[in-house]
Amino acid sequence: MHGFANPARFLRIARWLMPLCMGAGIVVAFGALGWGLLAAPAERLQGETVRIVYLHVPAAWLGMAGWMGIAVASFTELVWRHPLAGIAARACAVPGAVFTAVCLITGSLWGRPAWGTWWVWDGRLTSMLVLLFLYFGWMALSQASEASDGGQSKAPAIFGLVGAVNIPIIHYSVTWWNSLHQPPSITMGKSAMSGAFLWPLLFAMLGFTLIFGGVVLARMRAILANQQAEARLRRKALAAGDL
Amino acid sequence: MAIKAKHQRLVLLVIALVVLIGAGLLAAWALRNQASYFYVPSEIVADPPAPDRAVRLGGMVEQGSIKTQPDGVTISFVVQDGEARVPVTFKGIAPSLFVEGSGVVAEGKMRTDGTFIADNLLAKHDENYVPREMQNMTDAQAKQVVAETQ
Repeated sequence: MHGFANPARFLRIARWLMPLCMGAGIVVAFGALGWGLLAAPAERLQGETVRIVYLHVPAAWLGMAGWMGIAVASFTELVWRHPLAGIAARACAVPGAVFTAVCLITGSLWGRPAWGTWWVWDGRLTSMLVLLFLYFGWMALSQASEASDGGQSKAPAIFGLVGAVNIPIIHYSVTWWNSLHQPPSITMGKSAMSGAFLWPLLFAMLGFTLIFGGVVLARMRAILANQQAEARLRRKALAAGDL
Repeated sequence: MAIKAKHQRLVLLVIALVVLIGAGLLAAWALRNQASYFYVPSEIVADPPAPDRAVRLGGMVEQGSIKTQPDGVTISFVVQDGEARVPVTFKGIAPSLFVEGSGVVAEGKMRTDGTFIADNLLAKHDENYVPREMQNMTDAQAKQVVAETQ
């Protein structure tokens, strides 16, 4: 992994990996959405409204995966002082927050016809809303530390690890507590979902995950390019001061 | 020495994480009753809430129990959890997923005579997703088909 400590080597790989993830992700995700929205059957009780699952579940997974990415990057930053770890964490935050918001919005739109309510304060919905607020807080803290000391502060990494406690809480909220949200349909090696829904859903999750990876790589490249440009400006300013 | 410092950070951080996750789990465990969204029928029957307290009752709608009253807008049904049954009356528009044999969360008050007066109904669907072609099957048959297609 320390082979990637050299940003130049990372950039060489990211240059072709990013468009590959993006392209494959867009093809797979939109293919799966077309499959789910047009070809997959209606559900026995819910009817056509079930189709929102092909957006809702990938968004929920990536909202949580985004914070797991922040947590792993934070751990790597704190223990191994890896130069790309902080950048990777910053790159995960915005797409993670966007997918969390998409999950909450699609869930609300689905809740109205399925449950008869836009929103309830049950364990699953509340813990997911807390995740969105954690993203906002993390982004504000990371920006503040960037502005004050050029990102040397350990505070965002510590926040990233502490916030990860919410991830198992989201996952088990429907098992620990009675909730309006149903328990997971897909668990390790088992599915309570008929194959007609399961396969388009799995492909949608794969496609959106590839898009997420592509966005993270693109953002990491942008942050690195920004840092290089700033370093160059500083050098120029110093050289001009010497004259 | 550099390696030693790195290992020290690793050990300290792993200990911190274990403590953190332990604290989170303890907090969640302490919340296990308070954070539940509703009471199940056996809890409500064992320890009925005060008649003026707004509570939520959640469970399965008993097969064959939904009856529309003569006024046309009031329905009565039975919520059960396999151990206890609670009769419920509700006046208003029920969500479309409110059907017999499915989950429901009723918001309202428990009367002293053991009837639950709901002023809002929420449908709770389970984790099973079954295509519409199977809608004439019973739940058990549909589950069987899902189990076979995996």
